[in-house]
Amino acid sequence: MSSHYEAPIRRPLIDGNKSYHDITVEVAAPVEGKANKLWWTAFTIALLAFLWGVGSIIYTIGTGIGVWGLNKTVGWAWDITNFVWWVGIGHAGTLISAVLLLFRQKWRMGINRSAEAMTIFSVVQAGLFPVIHMGRVWNAHFVLPIPNQFGTLWTNFNSPLLWDVFAISTYLSVSLVFWWTGLLPDFAMLRDRAVRPFQKKIYSLLSFGWSGRAKDWQRFEEVSLVLAGLATPLVLSVHTIVSFDFATSVIPGWHTTIFPPYFVAGAVFSGFAMVNTLLIIMRKVSNLEAYITKQHIELMNIVIMITGSIVGCAYITELFIAWYSGVEYEQYAFLNRATGPYWWAYLLMMSCNVLSPQFMWFKRLRSSIMFSFFISIVVNIGMWFERFVIIVTSLHRDYLPSSWTMFSPTFVDIGIYVGTIGFFFVLFLLYARTFPVIAQAEVKSILKSSGEQFKKLRDGNHE
Amino acid sequence: MSNKVIQAMYNDDDILLDAVKEVRAANYHIEEIFTPFPVHGLDKAMGLKGTRIAITAFMYGCVGFVFSIWMMNYMMIEQWPQDIGGKPSFTFIQNMPAFVPIMFEMTVFFAAHLMVITFYMRSKLWPFKKAENPDPRTTDDMFVMEVSVEGNEAELVSFLEKTGTVEIKVTEKH
Repeated sequence: MSSHYEAPIRRPLIDGNKSYHDITVEVAAPVEGKANKLWWTAFTIALLAFLWGVGSIIYTIGTGIGVWGLNKTVGWAWDITNFVWWVGIGHAGTLISAVLLLFRQKWRMGINRSAEAMTIFSVVQAGLFPVIHMGRVWNAHFVLPIPNQFGTLWTNFNSPLLWDVFAISTYLSVSLVFWWTGLLPDFAMLRDRAVRPFQKKIYSLLSFGWSGRAKDWQRFEEVSLVLAGLATPLVLSVHTIVSFDFATSVIPGWHTTIFPPYFVAGAVFSGFAMVNTLLIIMRKVSNLEAYITKQHIELMNIVIMITGSIVGCAYITELFIAWYSGVEYEQYAFLNRATGPYWWAYLLMMSCNVLSPQFMWFKRLRSSIMFSFFISIVVNIGMWFERFVIIVTSLHRDYLPSSWTMFSPTFVDIGIYVGTIGFFFVLFLLYARTFPVIAQAEVKSILKSSGEQFKKLRDGNHE
Repeated sequence: MSNKVIQAMYNDDDILLDAVKEVRAANYHIEEIFTPFPVHGLDKAMGLKGTRIAITAFMYGCVGFVFSIWMMNYMMIEQWPQDIGGKPSFTFIQNMPAFVPIMFEMTVFFAAHLMVITFYMRSKLWPFKKAENPDPRTTDDMFVMEVSVEGNEAELVSFLEKTGTVEIKVTEKH
């Protein structure tokens, strides 16, 4: 027992009196059981939204980008707002599994699987927008440096947009591999429990023949650690490079050196909010309250509070620097953001992102499940408006007052956005029914140090 | 003769660790151990050598770094230099700052993917691979130690029984 010591002050991460077998049964239950009405309702709604999105995308490709609300002055609007929003949401998963692994935070184990799934699904949504925005999607492969019929026409490695292509595709593929490697032992568990031959076949295919040899586990742990070490700078680089799309331009309001850290903090902020949104529902629906405990939600709320405060500092620094720079255009861009025709978007952004996370200072509020869920939705909305404010309000009043204009989305803009939300939930709902949603092998390895009954047993001995 | 192995099942990781130490102290040869989750200290107790997979990741990362430099130098400097956005393209070093993000991404891309492929190949993991754990419970809550039979079989069985095993099976080596 002594080798499983953990300080008594740390709260248990697995509630109740669980054995290894209980963990197996409870993680496998949502996969082995039947879906209830609620799942089918949610799935149907998500699927309809997805189909509406597919229709809007087909209409856009068939007719042209003109069906969007874009105009000569505002050339980037909902599409890029949605792109940055989805990429930002995609930051929590790899942050939880990589950064928290390096810091040896055991609470990552209850939530990392679903957070990584969320990451992958949301980066898929994000990737759709730049591709559709190209207009001629059938030429999307031109962003890759591949030999082509134009002789020596290569991609432009000076362009931040191309950096983004490399950053997002590296991030998506490395996250996928990280996720899948962690899934192998858990797929093996489902495979060995499967009764029906079809299920057995599918899960043995997915588990790559994982057998759990001592040497495999040794390599598994080393690979996880090195992947975490690689993914940590990677996750920070992705939103840094997304921010370069703006920061390396000469648009007032975009051309700021504060963007990389500010975008990364915002991404982590919105990602954790989305993790909270999804897991608060999933722990209830899939009966996983013992593994995704109140303690997990409280810790995530603390991360939301800290990153929200960093984002708040960045907003205020931006305002100060705009004034302090003495550049009239920069000053006007920020004055226009706060008091111009889009003041309501700015106010929404400020109140959702700066004010709302401050409630988490109160222990009673951050340990309340309902309040956490409410704040997580507020933060998701706020972070969408942050990107909208940065993109649209910086563009709609440019250097030439005669070209000043407003942006309003068409039904196609809205349709594609709603469609990606639908697509995201289609993927997540399917995942929740077919994948082991808790990294059960890893949770078993912390049962003796962080399980409630073992902690009680040990702390009793000390008295 | 020595084709036989004894599979001793344990239902607790701490009992397994103690058993491994006892078996090794008694000079029996442990063929393999199957566990449902990573048991810390098991590789050391079994006397497994450390894995070198992290070193391969470093080497793959170096390859990715060099490859990205070669690729961008060939495309942007040698074959078709273009003056884009005022970023000078006459020599690699002048244009280098603009190449840093992609150098980094390629390093990570190569290191991560090639290391994972190495892991899958070394541990023989791929789609359609048949699992080789001796009992389906080893992915649930059972720990199996396979000890090769050399000499007196009955003696080994009674020795293993005293290490806290819950089930013992004698089978042919697969």
